[in-house]
Amino acid sequence: MIDRLRVPGVGDPVLLALVLSMTGFGIAMIYSAGQVDVQSLAAGIWVRQLYWFGVAVVALAVTSRFSLRFLEWLAPWAYGITVLLLVLVFFIGTGPNGSWIELGPGRLQPAEVAKLGTILMLARVMGGARGPYERLLEFWKPGVITLVPFVLVLLQPDLGSAMIFGALFLAALFWSGVPLPKIFLLASPGLSLLLGFNWIAWGLGFLVVAACLYVHRLFILEAVGVLLANVFAGALTLRLWDSLADYQRNRLLVFLDPEIDPLGAGWHLIQSKVAIGSGGLIGAGFANGPQKRLAFLPEQHTDFIFSVVGEEFGFIGVMLFLVLFAFLLWRVLRVASSMDDGFGSLIAFCLFAILLTHIVVNLGMAVGMMPVTGLPLPLLSYGGSFLLVLYAGFGIVQRVAWEA
Amino acid sequence: MKGDNELRSIRRQRSRWAAGAVFFCLSIVAAGFINLQIFSTELYTLLSSENRLRTITVPAPRGTIYDRYGRAIADNVPGYDVSMLPGPRDSISAGLDRLAERLDLSPERRAALLSRNRERPGEALVVRENANFEQVAFIEERRPRFRRVVVDQRPRRRYPTGPAVAHMIGYVGEISPEELTRPEYAGYESGQSIGKTGLEQQYEHRLAGRNGIRYTEVNALGTVVRDLGVAQAQAPVPGEDLHLGIDLDLQVYADSVFPEGMRGGVVALDPRTGEVLLLYSHPTFDPNAFIGGIPLDLWDSLREHPDQPMLDRVSNAFYPPGSTWKLVMSSIGMKTADLTIDTYHPSACTGGLTYHTRYFRCWLPSGHGRLNLSEAIKHSCNVWFYQAGQRIGLDPLLAGVGELGFGRPTGIDLPNERPGLFPDSREWYDERLGPGGWTEAVVWNLAIGQGENAQTLLAMAQFYAALATGRAPVKPHLVRDEMLAQQRVDWTFDLPDFQRRQLVDALARVVNEPGGTAYGSRLARWTLAGKTGTAQNPHGEPHSWFVGFAPAYDPRIVVAAIVEHGHPDGAPSPAVPLASGIVDRHLETLGLPPEATPGVRPLQTAPAPAGG
Repeated sequence: MIDRLRVPGVGDPVLLALVLSMTGFGIAMIYSAGQVDVQSLAAGIWVRQLYWFGVAVVALAVTSRFSLRFLEWLAPWAYGITVLLLVLVFFIGTGPNGSWIELGPGRLQPAEVAKLGTILMLARVMGGARGPYERLLEFWKPGVITLVPFVLVLLQPDLGSAMIFGALFLAALFWSGVPLPKIFLLASPGLSLLLGFNWIAWGLGFLVVAACLYVHRLFILEAVGVLLANVFAGALTLRLWDSLADYQRNRLLVFLDPEIDPLGAGWHLIQSKVAIGSGGLIGAGFANGPQKRLAFLPEQHTDFIFSVVGEEFGFIGVMLFLVLFAFLLWRVLRVASSMDDGFGSLIAFCLFAILLTHIVVNLGMAVGMMPVTGLPLPLLSYGGSFLLVLYAGFGIVQRVAWEA
Repeated sequence: MKGDNELRSIRRQRSRWAAGAVFFCLSIVAAGFINLQIFSTELYTLLSSENRLRTITVPAPRGTIYDRYGRAIADNVPGYDVSMLPGPRDSISAGLDRLAERLDLSPERRAALLSRNRERPGEALVVRENANFEQVAFIEERRPRFRRVVVDQRPRRRYPTGPAVAHMIGYVGEISPEELTRPEYAGYESGQSIGKTGLEQQYEHRLAGRNGIRYTEVNALGTVVRDLGVAQAQAPVPGEDLHLGIDLDLQVYADSVFPEGMRGGVVALDPRTGEVLLLYSHPTFDPNAFIGGIPLDLWDSLREHPDQPMLDRVSNAFYPPGSTWKLVMSSIGMKTADLTIDTYHPSACTGGLTYHTRYFRCWLPSGHGRLNLSEAIKHSCNVWFYQAGQRIGLDPLLAGVGELGFGRPTGIDLPNERPGLFPDSREWYDERLGPGGWTEAVVWNLAIGQGENAQTLLAMAQFYAALATGRAPVKPHLVRDEMLAQQRVDWTFDLPDFQRRQLVDALARVVNEPGGTAYGSRLARWTLAGKTGTAQNPHGEPHSWFVGFAPAYDPRIVVAAIVEHGHPDGAPSPAVPLASGIVDRHLETLGLPPEATPGVRPLQTAPAPAGG
């Protein structure tokens, strides 16, 4: 192909253009989010995002030059460093949740970096396999690889980001061809954890798991293990609930009914819906959103950036963005499926999974369909670390596309 | 181990599933946006404006109250209200703390404000009405510290001659929680000012007008971002002005000449219409002190002062009418007991008279000798009236007093007027004293305005107005209004006019003939007619009364005055010069030409048959 030859390492110029333009638009929205009628620290924050954009582009250029074999060699080192960073956060972490590490002029969020490190390590371990795993016991390697950052992030505590690692694990299994019922059985203790609030719901879930086991005929020890894990998870639910931080519990409760605390935890859900809903069909126009101007949403430049989009560009703008996101996801998925190399293909698919999870959870939160989890919207939300990680990932995807 | 081809086909299948998942998830999200932005956009647009708009009440200026010559008795000047916009309780509380010292907020006031905020969290909280310029400047200079605080210019009530008009005009104050629940204050908001007493209360609904609404836009912190234009506001409707029959100059005059250190009151009516020319009670208070919340200590001192400065002694206080009552007796006697102006009683006045075993005194120990009715009025002889009472009899007396309207309110346009007290029948005595606990001797006491009799100044003025004009008795009214001037009460003064005229002559002799009890206070230019009174009372020295009118034969003013405990034995009666001074001043203001020869102009003959 012609475009492949033009710039070495850039395999999908359309995807690259899409990523760059969406980031540009994101910076414009961050600028708009800072245009408020009150004194706000967010007023000049778009400039900082612009700097991060520059750094991210450099990262993309660099990672697109790495050959896949070099990356495969690099994977354990990258993974080790990110885990080290996650541990370091407990000692030298700064910021509101203590989840940042000061790094020269900027701050790095190790939880974001760990996503990339985990992807590389998972791809190295699973990409080399010649076929899908047959036995549940074979999953111990990818299981441990994801469990370590999962637990470390959960302890920060950042439930939303931690869940991303769970999603990564399932995505990797999915892409390596593990039958869906097996994935379900693996994930079933997590389901039991949710259903454990209600013994009847948990009982029904347990029956489904048991039926699945019967149909799928695992080895007897594995089956017993799965069942025990489900019982254990169901019993653990209430204890875990008690151990959650107040703000996390509130977020989940408030999601069920925002009005129980309209000025507190329910505030974001209500205000986001009000901003988006008042945008109507065509919106208030760029930088003109009245709700945004009055700064009703404290996180409107980060997690709730899409409420600004919804208010200022209305339903038409929102739909345009959904189409752009769908297009972006499809391009990444296309790279993953067109690559024969297991390692490269899995990296691309994991990036796809991360993007999809963030987009759905973030937008679902903006329209009040999901609890407030604090996951940023890819390419649009303010946040340097996540942008950097995404761009590094996109660089690798370009390389994968180039080598395919 | 499976081959590459099989893995490739699995991936192709899985990528289709993944694409399906993308489509599925984004569709659900899109449905959420459709719901918010297409189907519920009206709701959220409304919520959005509620989010950012705060309503602020724009108080309507109260109607101005003018006297009969167009001078303002109550008007409005610009004042500053300090209020706090709705917000979280902590921040309201903290804001009050920051304001407390500058705005003189007492801990009680602060607690009251917080509890009002708890009751009505969505309303702006008026922290202080009528803040002074320094307080406003203090806030404006430190704007960032007072984000929730709004300073509104709003009309503030002012009474330029405050103490002189206090009881008549009343005052305005913040509506109380109890008043808020009353039906007549439906639509009022907490923190609003209402008329509390006097005319301000009586005509609240005419004076109040209708408050307007203004919107301000606030941000998430409740900080005012901008004031939306008049276009989106509802302008207040100013209250109606009131024009009174009061002569402000006369009020101020009465305030200046009322005997210092004494208590009492004075009221003057136009006997032809019932317009109140003067209504003054002493001691008085300054209604301006109530504007914007009266300090608690001042309020307590007003309430607990032994002289009761808040009491309206014209329409709300009772006094035994004393000798001023003798005209009531004369009228009843002429109607029911064939008394004439020339009636002599069997017993001459020797300084007293014995009823069975009890001796009833005349005020003049040496006695008045033989008198007819006219002379008895002139000299205020008790002995003559004891016998008149005896001749009338208890039952006709009780009935006759009731027929002259006593015991009922005069109908003045003031809140809480209290009707006088007078027994309506023998049963009244039986109930209170027991069937054998009293004798017919009560009639002797009643005959001289003592005993079981307590009247307001206003009731006496109303009676004398009817006596002075002979027309249907008027309803006293403060607001000058054609309708009110036409109103008459439900009793009549139905004495033949020549007899009435004879009584007027007798009253003129009281003031204008040597030996009359008010001779010392006669007027140089006009004939003042009237009756003095010395009302015995259980609380101390007798009260000093005067009720009269002038000019006697073309009355323009009826005046009733009392000075409590003002008439010890041998001392001059202070109510008389007070009343005559007021009459003189009023007639002069009217520009009434002086009479050529002020004095009694007795009817020489009995009148021709009626109709002449």
